[in-house]
Amino acid sequence: MSNSQAKVREPLFHIAKRSKDALPSWKAWLIRGLAILFSLLVCSVIIVLLTDQNPLDVFGALIKGSFGSKRKFWNLLQSLAMLLCISLAVTPAFKMKFWNLGAEGQVLIGALCSMVLMFEVGDRIPNILLIAAMLVASLVGGVIWGLIPAVFKAKWNTNESLFTLMMNYIAIQLVSFAIMVWVPSGSSVMGLVNSSTRAGWIPELFGQKYLVNILIVAVLTVCMFIYLKYSKHGYEISVVGESENTAKYIGINVKKVIIRTMILSGALCGLAGFLLVAGTNHTISKDLAGGNGFTAIMVSWLAKFNPIVMVVTSFLIAFLQRGAGEIATNFNLNTSIADILTGIIIFFIIGSEFFLNYQIKTTKSKKEDKKQ
Amino acid sequence: METPAIELRNITKRFGSIVANKDINLVVNKGEILSLLGENGSGKTTLMNMISGIYYPDAGQIFIDGKEVVIKSPKDAFEHKIGMIHQHFKLVDIFSATENIVLGLKEDKFNIKESAEQIKKISEQYGFEIDPTRKIYDMSVSEKQTVEIIKVLYRGADILILDEPTAVLTPQETEKLFNILRRMRDDGKSIIIITHKLHEVLALSDKVAVLRKGEYIGTVNTAETNEAELTEMMVGKKISLNIDRSDPVNPQERLLVKNLNCTNIEGIKVLNGVTFTANSGEILGIAGIAGSGQKELLEAIAGLQKLDSGEIIYNNPNTNSTDNLRDKTPTQIRDLGVRLSFVPEDRLGMGLVGNMDIVDNMMLRSYKKGHSLFLERKNPKSLAEKVINELEVATPSAATPVRRLSGGNVQKVLVGREIAASPTVLMAAYPVRGLDINSSYLIYNLLNEQKEKGVAVIFVGEDLDVLIELCDKIVVMSSGSVSGIVDARTTTKEEIGLMMTKKAEGGSDNE
Repeated sequence: MSNSQAKVREPLFHIAKRSKDALPSWKAWLIRGLAILFSLLVCSVIIVLLTDQNPLDVFGALIKGSFGSKRKFWNLLQSLAMLLCISLAVTPAFKMKFWNLGAEGQVLIGALCSMVLMFEVGDRIPNILLIAAMLVASLVGGVIWGLIPAVFKAKWNTNESLFTLMMNYIAIQLVSFAIMVWVPSGSSVMGLVNSSTRAGWIPELFGQKYLVNILIVAVLTVCMFIYLKYSKHGYEISVVGESENTAKYIGINVKKVIIRTMILSGALCGLAGFLLVAGTNHTISKDLAGGNGFTAIMVSWLAKFNPIVMVVTSFLIAFLQRGAGEIATNFNLNTSIADILTGIIIFFIIGSEFFLNYQIKTTKSKKEDKKQ
Repeated sequence: METPAIELRNITKRFGSIVANKDINLVVNKGEILSLLGENGSGKTTLMNMISGIYYPDAGQIFIDGKEVVIKSPKDAFEHKIGMIHQHFKLVDIFSATENIVLGLKEDKFNIKESAEQIKKISEQYGFEIDPTRKIYDMSVSEKQTVEIIKVLYRGADILILDEPTAVLTPQETEKLFNILRRMRDDGKSIIIITHKLHEVLALSDKVAVLRKGEYIGTVNTAETNEAELTEMMVGKKISLNIDRSDPVNPQERLLVKNLNCTNIEGIKVLNGVTFTANSGEILGIAGIAGSGQKELLEAIAGLQKLDSGEIIYNNPNTNSTDNLRDKTPTQIRDLGVRLSFVPEDRLGMGLVGNMDIVDNMMLRSYKKGHSLFLERKNPKSLAEKVINELEVATPSAATPVRRLSGGNVQKVLVGREIAASPTVLMAAYPVRGLDINSSYLIYNLLNEQKEKGVAVIFVGEDLDVLIELCDKIVVMSSGSVSGIVDARTTTKEEIGLMMTKKAEGGSDNE
């Protein structure tokens, strides 16, 4: 038998699906850890080849970007909170397999609604009232932006990806238009609004500017987790997402669920817009969302739509973004190199998922199997 | 002794902790038809997928013409002149038959005309009827299958593997296919056919190899065996083929279906004046070739299909009221107090949610109860455990996603849930399709139990023997019309078979 085996060419390895119980969690984390280690190695090679810098210094800067000082740490938490907020917003829609690519626009519209009140009403009403009004306006704005594609999807089965994507451009143009009206000099940059009176600014808490934002998002995370897992609405979202036929079969009104979920999704995007204007930037630009409307999709998917896990995934992304900025300034590099590095790291992390689900069996290990 | 065309020695394949094939040995000679027989999940398709290069065995050897070979990919299989015709066809709809057949061949230049000529030659040689220029989307299932077979012949296959080829065919088409296979055999080809229809095995093959739960039981010559012996090899013990049938007790008209008409999106009339009555305490069978309107009929009753005209009258035994269910949504029907349970044909695509666990699937029907915003998982959990115990669902736990269960266990979960709602009308579409014999009997017994409880059971089936043994009354459908209603105790297979095809011919005249 060994004779005949020598003659045939056997494949060096083949890929087999893992059985679920075969992989203990420590092993899964080992694989993820190794993936990050490998990604850092590849990054080092790239750094040495392209910039002649010491990779260790560069990685140091990566970490310093988030943990270098108290201020940087709070900035990290703030970025994390905003990214997480938008991720929480898109999650119910994605779980329903409604591909909402319009978070960017929904956030912008929410922000614009807040800014209109902040700019136009300003000091004329008490601050608490102003902030409440801004919040409501942002929610309504986000809802409208989410509702339009949802209604079209439910009534005429239009493609929601294209629809939501195009709504982004309308939102961007509306913001540009508003800035043009508000900034008389013709500059496209709007300065801080109400910087002297701080009207419409979310107040500091315990001396921390971003603490209110962070707390709101923390509460939201827990609520979303409960909503998706334990509420009837969350259950309906799962059923519609998994199989529309099953939903119809048990009498779920699919159109109603689509519209209701997009109202929620839009409202939370609007909330993110409100927090960005009232709690963070106190100004508006068309890049306010900063691509987070799309990054949020990755955060949500990586966490398999689990809001609690999304805290980890959004931390990871926010950490890398912060670190990338630090690298760029510290070493006088173009921001592109920082983006390349974060891209490599994310690639390896996503790639490690493959090894969690599949194993590679080499011919050697197969023979060992036989002996046993 | 002659060298076998293909020989398998000690083939083993594992998926995780499950052993799908364990030390399988198989020999097929040239000019021979071998039936591979086994219940669902016995590892037939896995084994064939290893010959055709889709899976790679964990252990064991494959010999072709006496030489050991390694088959790593479908391309390797094709080089060894092995061709497999899968259960689900892999054809490009908008291409013609010829284009599909030459697709993927590494020729420098395609000459469609020449290829078409060669296809015609192959067709004549074996008796296929095919127009090489027709597009796939214009073809019937049987014609698509023909294209798949010619595809592997065109590539010069000497060993053909067919995975349940008759599952989608009418009896006439099956006979035609068998004649073609016989001609191929006479031409020296080796054919392996996967099936679990015993009468086909006996009619067609020279040898029968039996698998049971992934293990190789043995190979027998067809001429020297019979149905009883094969069944015993397949299931391991003798099972009485008799289904107990009690006489209906105090039947009352429960569901009156009157003159239903329905047109589908393509404008084809799928229900044409369908009228029948389902009584309580009876099993009403619905027979017919697949696609004769059974699906639309059941979905119309369940509130999922819009009708052009007609009435669905439900006599409520609890309130003595009468309701018309036509154009009502499933929720409205439930709100009327109609306890209608429905086991649809598409179990994981309609009846259940594959990615959800058994508990969450149990509450699909009942989660809405109460005014709380939140789900109540306690009752569904105990229901799940009850179903798992009583119906012997093989599952690691109630928290296992149903898609990870085998076909029979999926069906047990679905039927268990539908029966737990204590229905007054229970509709089941092909409830034993793809199930092994033990699971099938479990389902028959459950339906009988419901009947004895006074439920009006509507059973859509494909196996005429089962329909005749299980049901009290049989409605025969053909091209969307009822072509006859017969008493199951006195009718014969021939009578039903005739009705199934009777109107179909008349229908095609109208087109």
